[in-house]
Amino acid sequence: MDIIVCVKQVPGTTEIKMNKETNTIIREGAEAIINPFDEYAIEEGVRIKEKMGGSVTVLSMGIPKVADLLRETIAVGVDNAVLLTDRAFAGADTLATSYALATAIKNMESYDLIVCGKQAIDGDTAQVGPSLAEKLGIPHTTNVKKIEEIKEGYIRCQRMTDDGYETIEMSLPAVITVVKEINEPRLPSLKGKLRAKKTEVKLLTAEDIGADVNLCGLKGSPTQVIETFVPEFEVKAEMFEGSAKEQAKSLADALLSMKYAKRVD
Amino acid sequence: MNYFLTEEQEMIKELAAKIADEKIAPIAIEYDHEGKFPHDIVKYLAQSDLCGVYIEEKYGGLGGGVFEMALVVEELSRACGGIALAFAGTGLGTYPIILFGNEEQKQKYLPDIAAGKHLAAFALTEHDAGSDAAGVRTTATLDGDEYVLNGTKQWITNGGEADVYTVIACTNKDKGARGFSAFIVEKDTPGFTYGKKEDKMGIRASCTRELIFNDCRIPKENLLAREGMGFIVAMKTLDRTRPGVAAQAVGIATGAFNAALKYSREREQFGQPISSFQAVQHMLADMAIQIEASRALVYQTCRHIDSGAKNISKESAMAKVIASDTAMKVTTDAVQIMGGYGYMREYPVEKMMRDAKITQIYEGTNQIQRNVIAQELIKEAAKQKK
Repeated sequence: MDIIVCVKQVPGTTEIKMNKETNTIIREGAEAIINPFDEYAIEEGVRIKEKMGGSVTVLSMGIPKVADLLRETIAVGVDNAVLLTDRAFAGADTLATSYALATAIKNMESYDLIVCGKQAIDGDTAQVGPSLAEKLGIPHTTNVKKIEEIKEGYIRCQRMTDDGYETIEMSLPAVITVVKEINEPRLPSLKGKLRAKKTEVKLLTAEDIGADVNLCGLKGSPTQVIETFVPEFEVKAEMFEGSAKEQAKSLADALLSMKYAKRVD
Repeated sequence: MNYFLTEEQEMIKELAAKIADEKIAPIAIEYDHEGKFPHDIVKYLAQSDLCGVYIEEKYGGLGGGVFEMALVVEELSRACGGIALAFAGTGLGTYPIILFGNEEQKQKYLPDIAAGKHLAAFALTEHDAGSDAAGVRTTATLDGDEYVLNGTKQWITNGGEADVYTVIACTNKDKGARGFSAFIVEKDTPGFTYGKKEDKMGIRASCTRELIFNDCRIPKENLLAREGMGFIVAMKTLDRTRPGVAAQAVGIATGAFNAALKYSREREQFGQPISSFQAVQHMLADMAIQIEASRALVYQTCRHIDSGAKNISKESAMAKVIASDTAMKVTTDAVQIMGGYGYMREYPVEKMMRDAKITQIYEGTNQIQRNVIAQELIKEAAKQKK
C-alpha cells in the first residue's frame, strides 16, 4: 500500500513575525517544526506500511530549508521525501496549496491513501486535506481517530465528532485527516537517523510538476489577508451594591439592557 | 564546550536527550516517589536503537564502546539518575559477556540486550563482600554437566527485573579471590529467587534486590572464561563501567545545576533576581567549573578506554571519583540556591541530591577508588626508578 503524507512546516515558537505587505508569516529565519498534527499522520502512515507493506512518501510545499525537516521524517520510518519549492508557490492560500499538492500527486506513479494532519497549528484552517481530495476527485474523511480496517481499495475508520464518533467506509484511494487521539508518534531511531543522513529529498518546481503558475502562490490565492492582529479581550466589571434583592434587580436590569435576557411576565 | 564528538555520537546524545526531556523529566518525580520501574522508558530506548550502542554490530548493536554508553547515561541522568540505571545497570551486566563471553554466549545473549528485549544485571556484592570483594561466599559446584549455585547476592541493581545475570561465585574455596568464577544465570532458572525490593534513599526508580540461589543448576556452558577467572572478569568489567557511573553523576549534577540557574534568574528577593547577588553567582560559577572539569575527564577517560589502552584502572577510578564528588557537591548547592523550594519533594533537586549520594558509594566506594589510584601511582613510580 503506497501512502502519501502531506506535512507542513510551522513556526516552532509563539513569536511569529508577519510580512506587513502580504500579511503572511515570515518563515525564513524562524525556528521551524513539522506541524504537530502531521506527526500523527506520519506515524499512522508508517504503521499501515509496516502492517501491509508498500511505502510512505512525505510531501510538502515550502522554502528549501523545509527539506531538512522532511529528512528527519526518514528517521521515523518514512521512505521518500518530496518538497515542492519554487518562488511561484510563495504566498499560497489553502486553495493554491491544494492545487499545487494535487498537481504533484497526479504526477506520482500510484497511491492508495493520502494522510494529513487535521489542521496546521499556524493557520488552523483545516482546509487543505478536504480541498486536496476534491481536486483529485477522491473521497475523504476528516478528524479520523482510528482506522478499523484497511485493505486493497477499502478503508473503514472512526471519525471523531463533538459527542462521539462516526464509522465511515470509503473506497481507496482516499484522503483522511487525523486527530492526535489516533496514535502516539514514535521517537526517531538511531538507524533511521543514519539512513536519513544519506537520503536525498526530491525538490520539484512548478515547472517540474507542470503546474499553471497563475493558479499557484499569491497569484492563485483568492484569499486576501487584510490585516493580522492579536485580538484584544476587554473585561469590564460592574459591581452592584445594596441588599440582595436590590442587587438582583440591578443585575436583571443590566442583563435586559444588554439584551442578554428577556423579561417573562 | 566542543568535545568533538563524531556525528554518530552527536546523534546518540540528541536521541537520549529527547527521551530525557520528553519522556523521563515529566515522570521522574512520580517514579521516584512510587518506586516504579521504568519499563516504558526502556521501550523508548529500544525504539530509538539506544540499548545496544556499546554492543558490536554483528550482535545487533551500534558498534560503539564505553563512550557511547556514557553519553546515553549522562543524558538520561540529567532527567533521572534512577531511571538511567535500567540502561546503565544492563551495561554493567552485559560487559562481562562482551569482554569474556565466547562466540556462542555472545550470539545467545547480546542480540536481545541490544534490541532492548532483555535487561541485564551484575552480581558481585554480598553481605560480607563489599569493598572487600574477595569476601564472596556464594559457591558454584560442578556436578556433571551443570554448576550448582548456592548463596545470596545483595543490593543487585535491576534485580528481579533483569533477564540475564552475571554472577560471581566461588568454585575453589582454598584459592581465595583466585577461586572465583563468573557465570551467566537466566531469570526463572529453578532455584533462583529474589529477596525483597530494597527501600533506598535515592535512585528509587531503580530496582535493587537480593538474588537468592538455592541449589540453582545452570548448564556448564554458562561459565564465562575459565574457572578461577571470576575476580578478573569483575575487575575488568568495573574498569569499563565506572565511567558509566561517572557519566551518571555528571548527568545528575547537570540536571541540578540547570534547575538552580533557571531558578536563580526567576526568584526575586530584595527587589531583584537572586542571580544578581555575588554570593549566588560564585556558587553557580563553582558548580559549572566542577561539572565541566568532571565531564572533560569522563569523556577523555572513555576515549582512552575505547582506544584499547591496557591500563585503565587509574583513569577510570579518577573519573568516577571527581564526577561523583562533584555530583554530591553540586546537588547540595543546587538545593541551597533554591532554598525552601529546593528542599521540597515536589521540586526535582532534592531528589537529585538523594540520587547523587549513591554515585560516591557503588561500583567501588570513592575511598576504594583512591586506594586504586594511589596503588597505580606508586606502581608507576616504582617502574620508572628501574
